[in-house]
Amino acid sequence: MSTKDADQSLITTDVQTGSRDRTDRTHETVVKARNLDVYYGDEQAISGVSMDIPEHEVTAIIGPSGCGKSTFLRSINRMNDQIDVCRVEGDLSFHGKNVYDEDVDPVALRRKVGQVFQKPNPFPKSIYDNVAYGLRIQGKADEVDLDDAVERALRGAALWDEVKDKLDSSGLDLSGGQQQRLCIARAIAPDPEVILMDEPTSALDPVAASKIEDLIDELVEEYTVIIVTHNMQQAARISDQTAVFLTGGELVEFDETATIFEDPDDDRVEDYITGKFG
Amino acid sequence: MSTDTDTDLFSDVDLSWEHLKNRLFLGVIFAASMFGVVMLALLLFDVATDFYVGLTEYNISLVDFFTRDGSRREELSGFRGAIVASIMLMVLVTILSFFVGVGTAIYLEEYAPDNRITRLIEANLANLAGVPSIVYGLLGLAAFVNGIGMGPILLAGAIALALLVMPIIIVSAQEAIRSVPDGVRNGSYATGATKWQTVRRVVLPAAIPGIMTGTILALARAIGETAPLIMVGAIFINRMPYGPFDRFSAMPTTIYNWANEPSQHFIHLAAVGIVVLLAFLFVMNGVAMYIRHKYETEV
Repeated sequence: MSTKDADQSLITTDVQTGSRDRTDRTHETVVKARNLDVYYGDEQAISGVSMDIPEHEVTAIIGPSGCGKSTFLRSINRMNDQIDVCRVEGDLSFHGKNVYDEDVDPVALRRKVGQVFQKPNPFPKSIYDNVAYGLRIQGKADEVDLDDAVERALRGAALWDEVKDKLDSSGLDLSGGQQQRLCIARAIAPDPEVILMDEPTSALDPVAASKIEDLIDELVEEYTVIIVTHNMQQAARISDQTAVFLTGGELVEFDETATIFEDPDDDRVEDYITGKFG
Repeated sequence: MSTDTDTDLFSDVDLSWEHLKNRLFLGVIFAASMFGVVMLALLLFDVATDFYVGLTEYNISLVDFFTRDGSRREELSGFRGAIVASIMLMVLVTILSFFVGVGTAIYLEEYAPDNRITRLIEANLANLAGVPSIVYGLLGLAAFVNGIGMGPILLAGAIALALLVMPIIIVSAQEAIRSVPDGVRNGSYATGATKWQTVRRVVLPAAIPGIMTGTILALARAIGETAPLIMVGAIFINRMPYGPFDRFSAMPTTIYNWANEPSQHFIHLAAVGIVVLLAFLFVMNGVAMYIRHKYETEV
């Protein structure tokens, strides 16, 4: 089919323009899932997912709406605990420790695994206070030079030059793309190990989105990034590894991004990527 | 030919009756919404006339009015004790009801599980907000004035008023807390904050303008309440109350008292008192509106 060929070539080009080559390096597994099942009440959102997510790489999770990709992401830092009816079975370990063990405090876990949400959600506070928030609540504000830490986080989020003269103005006065980078600054300020991103660019315009994509490329030098996206081109551009979830919360294929987009094993993945369904 | 089509294009559509209905309906609902405004204007006009007549024909001196306490003799009567009593009541009501009310709202919105007990509490609050104020007066009389033997003191009146406005404070604080978007709560949790840190540092600062507005409006209701104070025994020739354990008569009860006197002089004293009470109410409502307006653009 001609449309299929066109789609494939488009995505292949994008992989090439992404042109980063970290995949030959071997990295330790930081998040490991084994037969993970997640239920909302009686409904199963994720079934039997097993995957090893390497550190210092960008791992993209793609799939159609309702395939459980966001649920999987929220299982990693136990944000699913906020939902009463949510139940998790199986193993999900962070550096070898099952995060659903009795002795794991989700608050402590979230200090090592930060998250950026789909809709930018800065606090109704000043830009400075937004970024300093994590350090303050984690009791690190006295140990570090707070001004310095805020500047470093804002530079890390590629926002410093735009806001350095108005750190006291409200975070809500920024544009949508700036707000999202502010949220990234807020997430990296307390220096977590892993940053989860749940469709971080879907509420942004293409220019703002491409800034975030460039940023992810830099973030991965210091952090492990796990990003959920429904934009396949984006996954192809920015990720090293790609996991494809399909309806029913099943992980169909997980491999290096180039393999997933050029030569997937599973026919369903090929169909999904070439736009036959999903 | 083209001019024919231009003029006749819409000639088959007759909308005059529909437009007339629109205008009629608009007139009816505008009249309905003006009803309240007209009534308030009439009321204010009536009060203002009595106020003016009081000042001119009965020679009520505003200086004396604000510097004298109550008296059996009309020409010696003033409002000072009543104003002081009302202010003391407001302070006590705020202390008694604000922390309990806001605490309840935080519990119900942020902590309470969605179960039968929570729903029972919420249903109770909705009912309490609708209980007639005199019932709170009866409660104050039975439980505090007589029950634990407080007597008809200012603190007993403050407790009755605090109970009266507590449901209003709780419900308005709940609304303010609920209006804080869940996104910022999740942002806080995902940064590694505990529940209390999230409530204390993100939710409450965002909700406080709404909570303040609701509280001030609740206090504005309390300052004008007469029935509960009558029940706890505030019908009293008012003098300066010297603390929360003293006898008292607040602004509304003093006005009520004066209005019951046969003498026209007393009735016009009541009119002047009403103007002072209304001034308090307008200032409080104005402050509430200012706070709401100042912060509503920020969140």
